[in-house]
Amino acid sequence: MLGSDDGSEGDSTGSLTVDGRDPRAARGAAGLVLQDPDSQVIMARVGDDVAFGCENLGVPRDELWMRVREALELVGLAVPLDHPTEALSGGQKQRLALAGALAMRPGLLLLDEPTANLDPDGVREVRDAVTTVLGATGSTAVIVEHRVEAWLDVVHRIIVLGADGGIVADGEPRTVLAAQGESLAAAGVWVPGRESEIAHRRGPGERPAMLTAEALTLARVPRQPLAATLAHPLDLTVAAGEVLALTGPNGSGKTTLALTLGGLLAPFTGHVRASTALAAGVGDQPIRWRSRELLTRIGSVFQSPEHQFLTPTVRDELELGPRALKLSDAEVAERTGDLLARLRLDELAAANPFTLSGGQKRRLSVGAVLATRPRVLVLDEPTFGQDALTWAALVEVLEELRSRGTGVVAATHDPRFVTSMRAREFAMPGGDHE
Amino acid sequence: MSEAVEPGRAAPGYAAAFRALNPVAKIAASLLIAVTLALSVDAASALTALVLEVALLPWAGVSWRAFWRRTAPVWIAAPLAGLTAALYGRPSGHVYLDWLVVHVTDGSLHLAVITALRVLAIALPAVVLFATVDATALADGLAQLLRLPARFVLGALAALRLVGLMRDDWAALELARRARGVADRGRIRRFAGLAFALFVLSIRRGSALATAMEARGFGGSGPRTWARPSTFGAREVVLVAVGALIAATAVAVAVATGQWVFIGT
Repeated sequence: MLGSDDGSEGDSTGSLTVDGRDPRAARGAAGLVLQDPDSQVIMARVGDDVAFGCENLGVPRDELWMRVREALELVGLAVPLDHPTEALSGGQKQRLALAGALAMRPGLLLLDEPTANLDPDGVREVRDAVTTVLGATGSTAVIVEHRVEAWLDVVHRIIVLGADGGIVADGEPRTVLAAQGESLAAAGVWVPGRESEIAHRRGPGERPAMLTAEALTLARVPRQPLAATLAHPLDLTVAAGEVLALTGPNGSGKTTLALTLGGLLAPFTGHVRASTALAAGVGDQPIRWRSRELLTRIGSVFQSPEHQFLTPTVRDELELGPRALKLSDAEVAERTGDLLARLRLDELAAANPFTLSGGQKRRLSVGAVLATRPRVLVLDEPTFGQDALTWAALVEVLEELRSRGTGVVAATHDPRFVTSMRAREFAMPGGDHE
Repeated sequence: MSEAVEPGRAAPGYAAAFRALNPVAKIAASLLIAVTLALSVDAASALTALVLEVALLPWAGVSWRAFWRRTAPVWIAAPLAGLTAALYGRPSGHVYLDWLVVHVTDGSLHLAVITALRVLAIALPAVVLFATVDATALADGLAQLLRLPARFVLGALAALRLVGLMRDDWAALELARRARGVADRGRIRRFAGLAFALFVLSIRRGSALATAMEARGFGGSGPRTWARPSTFGAREVVLVAVGALIAATAVAVAVATGQWVFIGT
């Protein structure tokens, strides 16, 4: 919706004006910051990226560089103008996008879930930058967000949209939250003070170890600066029926560790060993297992669900694993039906996975892995971009798995998730990258 | 991806003044040499150009280390091109080896030497010049000096940034297939599947990037300014002149020694 506000995409009916003009004629009157930090970086160097919008508006060169410096200062991005944009953290990239929009001197800022992909530090960085900017420029901002908390002290007015697109509530933030809190929470909005409590069941007292990492250092994957992590060999154990949370800022190596524990990346040095019970007769090093042997032993859910979709429909996606295991048709149908219902995807069984919403994609990617009933589950940012409802649904599913004795590993920077799952926390060593 | 298109990172081992030369001039100079040398098949012109190029090399301020590292592929490609000519070139004179379609003769050996020299004479200056080309500066030059459409040039420049992301996507897609239990066999089919998945992801990333660019006023109808001026000054003129001089001298020497053979005759 914000995309079409800016005249850049979408079909619409009715009328929309920016400063009383058609949005296509008012290029630059509205500045847009989107959700994904990576897809908004346009140029290779910080200064050039901020200058891009001004160039397109035809701002003269001298004034342009003045605006660039001013915008970077406002968002608090203190790096040289020729600093490579590739080397910025997620929070820095979002502030760069904000600076790029600001340099165009828009009267209106449109922010589309600008903090959804960031770790807690990144969220604070961006929120503070937006606050400073609004104070200094006096421009109007429209923020689309389902995590209300971070912005509560910044905004003057909240408009709640219903599932059908209609306006449910409109007014002063605290009034709206007080009056509508319950229905908002029921609709999946993160309302402060109304976090749903998940019932806890204790797991079995006996917790045998299933995966053990010994003196592990990690292999590099492209674009992830892991120098600090490589320097600290780490030991850890994943036990049956426990949730192990890998925490640390973006770039601290959580993803690489998750992939390594999942038997997908070879350790740089050291070993990942599976217990005899987990290996069930195929050797104790997961990285040596064949692809099909992983299915019933360790399931991996990737950070970006789109990387793991392989089939044209939701149902096929859930059936893929069980079929690879050569289960009977009846068994496949039963598992698929059960998962479709539990993950509330049954009405979407025939849909293409790529057309689902973010929350649905995440649930499908978890479901597709659960279909083969792995005894250890490794998840990378399982709660990324979830609203309160889908978040609770995920936590419930994982809680149930845990109580049945599945070992769960989750790389996460969602403190709520760690608390709700009563997870054992493993803080990544030396994770101080910026 | 060569380091030439990874901007924001200086090419080490080069003189700063050489690095700062406008990429358009670098391309023009190496094109002049390449096109001229491609017109004839003789030893004299290639050898003359090569000698002049090596003599001028110190002016680029290339350290030997950087020089060998960058030009390594050329040193491998030149003898290979020569070998091909030796085995399959038009036979004439004494026959050394005759086996099926392979004829090694006086004529083909002569052609082999000429081919190897020619590859070196064309590729060495091109590699040395291109290694220092910064993608952003090249785009600025193409749009401001050669007046190529800004929409096209800047679109290509922004798309270049996605190449790095594609590499990451490919790695993640491969790991994901292993995790989903379908990576044990069917290497070729799997490759096709991966390629298609990467294609789909790239289109999605591309359209997201296009949205971000349009949100910054890209593609509007008004006049555009350029944050970084792309200038073509005396230094650039000298560089292009040097390229032209190398090409002209090579032709002159070949014609004077009676070796100039217009290609195809």
